[in-house]
Amino acid sequence: MVSKSRDVRRKLKEQAAKKQAQSTGMSDKVTKAKRKWYPADDKPRKRTSRRKVQKPSKLRASITPGTVLILLSGRFRGKRVIFLKQLASGLLLITGPFALNGVPLRRVNQRYVIATTTKIDIQSVEIPSVDDSWFKKNKKKPKSDEMTDTGKSKLPESFLNAQKSLDSQLVPLVKQVPFLKSYLCSRFSLSYGQFPHEMRF
Amino acid sequence: MSQKSSGRLYCKGVVLGYKRSLRNQYPNQTRIKIQGVEDRVSTNFYIGKRVAYVYRAKKPIKSIGGKKTKVRVIWGKIIAPHGNRGVVRAKFRNNLPPSSFGKRVRVMLYPSNV
Repeated sequence: MVSKSRDVRRKLKEQAAKKQAQSTGMSDKVTKAKRKWYPADDKPRKRTSRRKVQKPSKLRASITPGTVLILLSGRFRGKRVIFLKQLASGLLLITGPFALNGVPLRRVNQRYVIATTTKIDIQSVEIPSVDDSWFKKNKKKPKSDEMTDTGKSKLPESFLNAQKSLDSQLVPLVKQVPFLKSYLCSRFSLSYGQFPHEMRF
Repeated sequence: MSQKSSGRLYCKGVVLGYKRSLRNQYPNQTRIKIQGVEDRVSTNFYIGKRVAYVYRAKKPIKSIGGKKTKVRVIWGKIIAPHGNRGVVRAKFRNNLPPSSFGKRVRVMLYPSNV
């Protein structure tokens, strides 16, 4: 308790000194230089964060570009989607494709995804240059739009174009494989007597 | 929602009771029986999975999509197998109330490592 009150007193002193310095036109630095004593207590130093740069999480071996994934949570839970690539943040870039099942270009955590053994060869597909900032911007922009025009916010043109070009490349690929289109359009769900620990996805 | 919502994406489980000895109970861990899991080996799939005890309370407090509902959830996580018959132990953020014994619990499919 004693130290606390001392701290308070010191703070008050400093504040008073600051005020005086301001009124006399002296800057803060000058008063500091004039000090003839050292502070009794250690000054709280700003801590440099010891955290290292976040490394992207390792991709599961079962997930490779072109793998069909099942989304497990969120708005599109149960939907089957195509994995495109891993982003710098470690999140997975996926799309439905939008033209087939309505899942747009999206980021998902691999922990919320089941990888199936179904794979499509998407080497020929040109994946739009999408990074994490792309998605953040998209979120902010519509908000400011909402304030100005009352209608529903629109997605930026670049997003729509990327989606369109992707869909136009992916849909023919999907159609080449028998039953794949209807597979992607259908949702995954568990029904009576189905136990995921016995399944091979 | 214009589209049909998805079907069941969780496994059915039942709360058996707390972890316990003959005379003591340890309410910070709950025993759960998952449907279709009959041996210890097959519990491996479920370890770490999230569990949700969904129940209805008297007062509508929690809001889902702007509407207040009586539905509430206590989230938990499966931490270990319990015995050799496919029962698992789970920890919940708040210990489950005894009224939950014998009730349904949802064992989610995430975090997934399939």
